Amino acid sequence: MTQMTDRPTPDTPTRDVLLDCRDVSLAFGNVQALVDVSITSRAGEITALVGDNGAGKSTLVRCVAGIHRPDSGQILFDGAATNFHSPEDAREAGIETVHQNLALVEDLTVWQNLFLNREIVRRLGPVALLDRRAMRDRSREMVSALAVNVPAVGSRVRRLSGGQRQAVAICRAAGFSSKLVIMDEPTAALGVQETARVEELILRLRDEGHALLVISHNFEQVMRLSHQVWVMRAGRCVGGRRTADTTGEEIVALVTGALGG
Amino acid sequence: MANTTLTASEGQSWPARLKDASFWAEWAALVGLIALVIVFQALNPTFLSLGNIASMLVAAAILIILAVGQTYVIATAGIDLSIASVMTLGAVVFGQAYAAGLSLAPASLLALFASALAGAVNGMIIAWGKIADFIVTLGMLSAASGLALILADGKPVTIIDPLLLSLSTGGIGIFGWSFIIAVVVAVAAHVVLFRSRFGTHVLATGGAPESATAMGISTARIKIAVYLISGALAGLGAILLVARIGAAEPAANTAFLLNSVAAVVLGGVSLFGGRATIVGPCIGALLLVALVNGLTLLGVSQFYQPLAVGIVVVLAALLMRFQQ
Ligand SMILES: Nc1ncnc2c1ncn2[C@@H]1O[C@H](COP(=O)(O)OP(=O)(O)O)[C@@H](O)[C@H]1O
Ligand SMILES: [Mg+2]
Repeated sequence: MTQMTDRPTPDTPTRDVLLDCRDVSLAFGNVQALVDVSITSRAGEITALVGDNGAGKSTLVRCVAGIHRPDSGQILFDGAATNFHSPEDAREAGIETVHQNLALVEDLTVWQNLFLNREIVRRLGPVALLDRRAMRDRSREMVSALAVNVPAVGSRVRRLSGGQRQAVAICRAAGFSSKLVIMDEPTAALGVQETARVEELILRLRDEGHALLVISHNFEQVMRLSHQVWVMRAGRCVGGRRTADTTGEEIVALVTGALGG
Repeated sequence: MANTTLTASEGQSWPARLKDASFWAEWAALVGLIALVIVFQALNPTFLSLGNIASMLVAAAILIILAVGQTYVIATAGIDLSIASVMTLGAVVFGQAYAAGLSLAPASLLALFASALAGAVNGMIIAWGKIADFIVTLGMLSAASGLALILADGKPVTIIDPLLLSLSTGGIGIFGWSFIIAVVVAVAAHVVLFRSRFGTHVLATGGAPESATAMGISTARIKIAVYLISGALAGLGAILLVARIGAAEPAANTAFLLNSVAAVVLGGVSLFGGRATIVGPCIGALLLVALVNGLTLLGVSQFYQPLAVGIVVVLAALLMRFQQ
């Protein structure tokens, strides 16, 4: 895979801003996790979010996903101000998330996890029963498109390897028609082959017109895949660069604080 | 690619299952029930007489219904310690309504409503107040029995109603009406748990509340719903209880609380939530009833029965450690 052609050149017209976080702040007790963070993400682009552990990346993403509500600031999605009261609101709006902890239920099967809260039902008069066959069949398609070591869709997540679990969580986020797919360290527990598959999937989702917001510690990966990079340090967004206009060294300097932002 | 594994582990083969300790833990109740039946039948041939089977099934009906409610709560990693007191409350409400001149149907509805309401209050305090399940339901245990005593003024109400009598004595063959009702409840509970969205969300709420929340499931609503179900089933149990003893008493019914939890544990349901069956606790309930019935037939003093139940439950809990 050569990514040279995927890189936007400086004169590429910028596309529609899909996600627009403006001055988002959030404190947990006296831990100020986010301080006036402003980032954007565009449709058809891969936006990277980088920063050291504890910088607040996951917290920001959890605000966008409807898990936390910011203390102040605004999150605009698809041109309108959002007011997510729950993750369901965010999913309804078209935001799917691969959480850092994967948000899987260990005692449920792979297909039950893939369709969690998106179950396919058959209506028989007043009752709606699960269409388990349809969900199993769809699950096989979803999983086999990505995983290298395909887990049986009927096995419990508890029995899956770390890589397989991550694949399930990613398939779930990619599987439902969404506008924005957020991935919080999606390749952290993956091997070389699996990472390549996930990167292929990320590129495919971008080609289909989704916006992707990807948190990664792998700077080489970030430079290779992304169009835009946002850098967070100690709860603040300390800089944003078009990937084409920056270097890995500059990003590292921003992350570590060697460069002021 | 590894497509072959798609079907391979979908259903484990039987010999492999039989070597698995967790398989035995899951089916402990059935194995225990069969063992008990063999032992009691060998010691006293009337144990498996049709008459005795029929009376065991009727005796098991209320416990099965309570165990089903308790299973839903425990599947969400909760516990309903108020289940028996809420049943008592339902019975007293039924008795008072009947004594006040209401007919069977409205009195039953009132009893169901009162018990379901008590369950919903449990759920709302637990879900919204974020207070530990056992504290809230322990409080309800006391509050509901207190309310029952107040309503009944401490006195039982005798109820003589032909329809109610036939509920406890009639039936189809060896299956009394109350047992048939319990089976219908259990089948419905099984279908809801494994074939409905709600059931999946109950298991997800118990197994990984954070993950369930992240996927947009309102775990608070699920919690309230399972306690409401538990309360409503306690109300159903109350009606069957009144039918069986012919009176509405503000009695404590502590044995029902302990046995409902015991049946769930015997049934292989994880007290940590997230894993449950309905069949297991139902068999657990039958086992407990068979144990007490068999000991009685053998002429063992009643004083030994709670001891025997306790030993069986602790043994089952030990076996449960092998469950994965
Ligand atoms: N639910 C929470 N309660 C309290 N503190 C939290 C919570 N979530 C995150 N934090 C704190 O917020 C800060 C940012 O964490 P996080 O967003 O997970 O960082 P990152 O994902 O960049 O590694 C850390 O100091 C972390 O301890
Ligand atoms: Mg993180």
